[in-house]
Amino acid sequence: MQFMLLFSRQGKLRLQKWYVPLSDKERKKISRDLVQTILARKPKMCSFLEWRDLKIVYKRYASLYFCCAVEDQDNELITLEIIHRYVELLDKYFGSVCELDIIFNFEKAYFILDEFLLGGEAQETSKKNVLKAIEQADLLQEVRIFLYHQIHLL
Amino acid sequence: MALKIVKGSIDRMFDKNLQDLVRGIRNHKEDEAKYISTCIDEIKQELKQDNIAVKANAVCKLTYLQMLGYDVSWAAFNIVEVMSSSKFTYKRIGYLAASQCFHESTDVIMLTTNQIRKDLSSPNQYDTGVALTGLSCFVTPDLARDLANDIMTLMSHTKPYIRKKAVLIMYKVFLKYPESLRPAFPRLKEKLEDPDPGVQSAAVNVICELARRNPKNYLSLAPLFFKLMTSSTNNWVLIKIIKLFGALTPLEPRLGKKLIEPLTNLIHSTSAMSLLYECVNTVYIDVNTPPLPSLSLSLCLYLSLPPQLCVQKLRILIEDSDQNLKYLGLLAMSKILKTHPKSVQSHKDLILQCLDDKDESIRLRALDLLYGMVSKKNLMEIVKKLMLHVDKAEGTTYRDELLTKIIDICSQSNYQYITNFEWYISILVELTRLEGTRHGHLIASQMLDVAIRVKAIRGFAVAQMATLLDNAHLLTGNMQRMGICEVLYAAAWICGEFSEHLENPMQTLEAMLRPKVATLPGHIQAVYVQNAAKLFATVLKSQEGNTDSTAAQETSQLMIDRLPLFVQSANLEVQERASCILQLVKYIQKLQQKDVEVAEEVSALFAGELNPVAPKAQKKVPVPEGLDLDSWINEPPSESESEDEQPKAIFAKEEPKHSRPRREEVDEKELAKRREARKQEQANNPFYIKASPSSQKVYQEAPGVEHIPVVQIDLSVPLKVPGLPMSDQYVKLEEERRQKERAEKKKKEKKKRKEKRSGRGKKHDSGPESEEDITPAHQVDIVTEEMPEKSSKHKKKKQKKEKEEKEKKKKKKHHHHHHHSDGGGEEAVQNGTVEEEEPLLTSLKNKSSTYQVVVSVIFENKCDSFLKSMEFNVLDSLNSKLQRPEGSGPHDGLTVPFQLPPGVSNEARFVFTVQSIIMPQKLKGTLTFIVKDSSTHEKLDFKLHFTCTSYLITTPCYSDAFAKLLESGDLKCSSVRLEGVNMPFHHLLARICFHHHFSVVERIDSCASMYSRSIQGHHVCLLVKVTVSIDAKCDEPTLLGNVLDEIKQTFSQC
Repeated sequence: MQFMLLFSRQGKLRLQKWYVPLSDKERKKISRDLVQTILARKPKMCSFLEWRDLKIVYKRYASLYFCCAVEDQDNELITLEIIHRYVELLDKYFGSVCELDIIFNFEKAYFILDEFLLGGEAQETSKKNVLKAIEQADLLQEVRIFLYHQIHLL
Repeated sequence: MALKIVKGSIDRMFDKNLQDLVRGIRNHKEDEAKYISTCIDEIKQELKQDNIAVKANAVCKLTYLQMLGYDVSWAAFNIVEVMSSSKFTYKRIGYLAASQCFHESTDVIMLTTNQIRKDLSSPNQYDTGVALTGLSCFVTPDLARDLANDIMTLMSHTKPYIRKKAVLIMYKVFLKYPESLRPAFPRLKEKLEDPDPGVQSAAVNVICELARRNPKNYLSLAPLFFKLMTSSTNNWVLIKIIKLFGALTPLEPRLGKKLIEPLTNLIHSTSAMSLLYECVNTVYIDVNTPPLPSLSLSLCLYLSLPPQLCVQKLRILIEDSDQNLKYLGLLAMSKILKTHPKSVQSHKDLILQCLDDKDESIRLRALDLLYGMVSKKNLMEIVKKLMLHVDKAEGTTYRDELLTKIIDICSQSNYQYITNFEWYISILVELTRLEGTRHGHLIASQMLDVAIRVKAIRGFAVAQMATLLDNAHLLTGNMQRMGICEVLYAAAWICGEFSEHLENPMQTLEAMLRPKVATLPGHIQAVYVQNAAKLFATVLKSQEGNTDSTAAQETSQLMIDRLPLFVQSANLEVQERASCILQLVKYIQKLQQKDVEVAEEVSALFAGELNPVAPKAQKKVPVPEGLDLDSWINEPPSESESEDEQPKAIFAKEEPKHSRPRREEVDEKELAKRREARKQEQANNPFYIKASPSSQKVYQEAPGVEHIPVVQIDLSVPLKVPGLPMSDQYVKLEEERRQKERAEKKKKEKKKRKEKRSGRGKKHDSGPESEEDITPAHQVDIVTEEMPEKSSKHKKKKQKKEKEEKEKKKKKKHHHHHHHSDGGGEEAVQNGTVEEEEPLLTSLKNKSSTYQVVVSVIFENKCDSFLKSMEFNVLDSLNSKLQRPEGSGPHDGLTVPFQLPPGVSNEARFVFTVQSIIMPQKLKGTLTFIVKDSSTHEKLDFKLHFTCTSYLITTPCYSDAFAKLLESGDLKCSSVRLEGVNMPFHHLLARICFHHHFSVVERIDSCASMYSRSIQGHHVCLLVKVTVSIDAKCDEPTLLGNVLDEIKQTFSQC
């Protein structure tokens, strides 16, 4: 996987993870382009599109779009599975996750993602193990977590 | 649980934390930028404090701002500070910030090496984990080199949590620092058998990614992966393994064979669509893509059920209501289509259905597929369906896509699938009615191409184009339609160039000189003016024939009245042409007033036909002696000159000579390189005239079409121009035509059979017509190799095919040594290998496209028993069929009408129908008979070899006719060398004449020209030289190739 973007229906970026080295300028351009392209698609359209030489896989959960860029030989369906798995992880961690949870605890969302994917590859396919690792790491931390229950993604 | 406090921190209370920042930004929607700039100022203050908690909080906020697009690179050093905190809470934030904000050019990364190393070896696994995660995002070649060893050690860490992270990150390290791969590989391989499934899956992941880049090195791991594949139940791992095999199989075809079973099992058993998709996609597709397509083909042969099974599974995907599966199914299908078009074609219905899908991306995929699926049989149907979609389509992008696809589909491989060009022209004309398309020039170039290359269609095309010109106002009326006015370019040119086909040239001429034309783009006006002149010539010619000379003068007057409008044109090209032609017409008018007949001379201006030029034609032009295309015309300004100038001032005395002779060093390789570069440049240079099959297409897009002021007429009703044809009618016509053809064929067949045929025969009768059966109604001139040297001379019309009886040599060796043993079966086996060598061509008659070949077979009984009830049977091929009497089935044998006493021979004749004669044919056959004494059925297998030579008829040819034939340029050329032939030249010629049915046209010393003609009228010309090389020309290259092969064969035997 080359990168993952989370953005809202209004086109606001909520999370970005880049697994390929790119300059800030390029990153900005790519995310702007992609957000526009994906938001312009109709809701009934399929989750895949070809974009430059990459395949884009995206899925919308409530008001949030999750979007991944994979290479040509990669499997779109498993990428979709990765997205879903990530949403499930967020949901388990926050307990009925909503967009605001991700906005206000965005570093948590990153930590979960980092336990799940590493360098663009799935590192742990067991949900239980991912959550366990996060919980244990949290025990070492001194932070408050605010939870917002509004529109749930799942 | 609304609020969960892990641990409080007093320091935080006074600062704005991340949540406050986010909330603040949300509350300052109007002046966000201003708010954030004050926040950044605050953060700068916070970063100056010594308290690490405050710094970490600031860095956390910066990370958020970075995501919003603000530049935070100035805080890179502070991020490193937070990373090196001993507290996990802050370290975690520091690493997160680094992984989000750092990239290869961030210079503080250099400072992190030791910190990261320390963290990697931390006793706390989460410290290590955070460091590894961070590193995976910002690893640089330097970091990779310095830390490779540390990470390698971590691959054997006691905790699987660390092991799997270390394994995964090694891939990034390999990419940045490839030298680390060799020492790390053994350990990586070990991890494939790690007890922890997570680590194992990580190792599979890494090796799979490595193997995709360079499969060769990982072949040795195939057995290990094979074991994993059959034992693993983890779909994630399985997908990676299959991908890996996809990369390995092209290198080791034997793998494919081994994979059949596990893969087929997976395909049948898995419920995970992603895995199924991977199986179908990788194994049958990735493997099929280059670099080794031939191997992949063999792989498919190994996999006995492949394409069908795949396509079936894909059909399930496509039929699924899930848009995603539908899309992927089509995507995979289009890849299979490249290698197995047949198996995909049967699912045409499904693909056509997808055109109705509400999802545009699915429709586009389906369109892509259709391109590869068309055949002569279904082209009209598919295009008709597409035209319906064009009408329905909303949104110009999709409609334009449809339009280009229609044209692509129809024009692919030299209009291979078009059987009726009237239909195609009508389609093109229908397409011009599309509103707002950008592809006017595409339609135009198709019109030109077809009209030029399909001679038979010109009359029809001209009529259509004339209507189009007449209704030009409809095309140009609307501003939105400006793109489409490009077709007028084509219409004007076609009407002008082929004006002899026009029914009413005067009307068209008037249409072309309407004042409204002046609103068209310049390049189109220019064509209008030029072609108006051509039309003028045609009109004059027809009018001067009449007694009334005033008509001709009126025509001239029309030109003189209308042309000045164009003379005033702002476009130079239009102006120049118009003023030229205006003067000419004025002069003509003067002559007319003196009652001079001018039509002949005027049309001489435009005499001569424009022919398409082959792409390789330029090669045929010999380079004049002494001209070196690779040498410079002027010496290029060498770099040495500029270098020279400076040293001159300083080292005035020094001889600058040494820098001169640089050019001599240019060697062959360099030249080749330059040539390549030049070609490249030419290809990219729009002003370089490229060799293209229809160079007429080369005209440029008008700049600023949209700036021309045109009164806008709003037409909401789709335009239907009276008099323009509807392509639909052709579909019907074509259907009728084919039905007629089929009926004729059936009639023929019926003659042969009686009605009372049962099941199988009937099916055969009404079976779908095969591709070869459909003959195109028009012929396309396909120019590929040869350049037409003179346009006026044309290939002699196919001479009438004569019926010619010619008994040729015949020998049927019946090696019939009768062993008087108990079982006749044994004998049959013995005889089973007898092969019939010579085809015994005798007589030919042509019947439309099928030809009859009479084979006479001489049966000789060499044994000493009486043979009776002989039955001769041949297994028909698609191309050649044995003619059987009415009422017999397609597999029945023919009774030989005589019996054979011992030692007697007799001749029987059998008629075959042959369709294509350009390829040699071998038909298998059997002869069954009864040996009188034993009264058992015996069987003798033989092969009937229809060589291409046997379709040639010795036809005399005079040398001048021969020369004309060679000049005509319709013949393709080929040559062959005969090795090891040492016989007198006249023997050689005699042999060719005898064995291959040629006649000598002319013999001059050491070479001779020879000629022969096929039963279908192909000319075959040979130039045989005493050095025993043969140069040959024929209008059918395949036939020629085969004849030459056979000649070669003849001489290799002697």
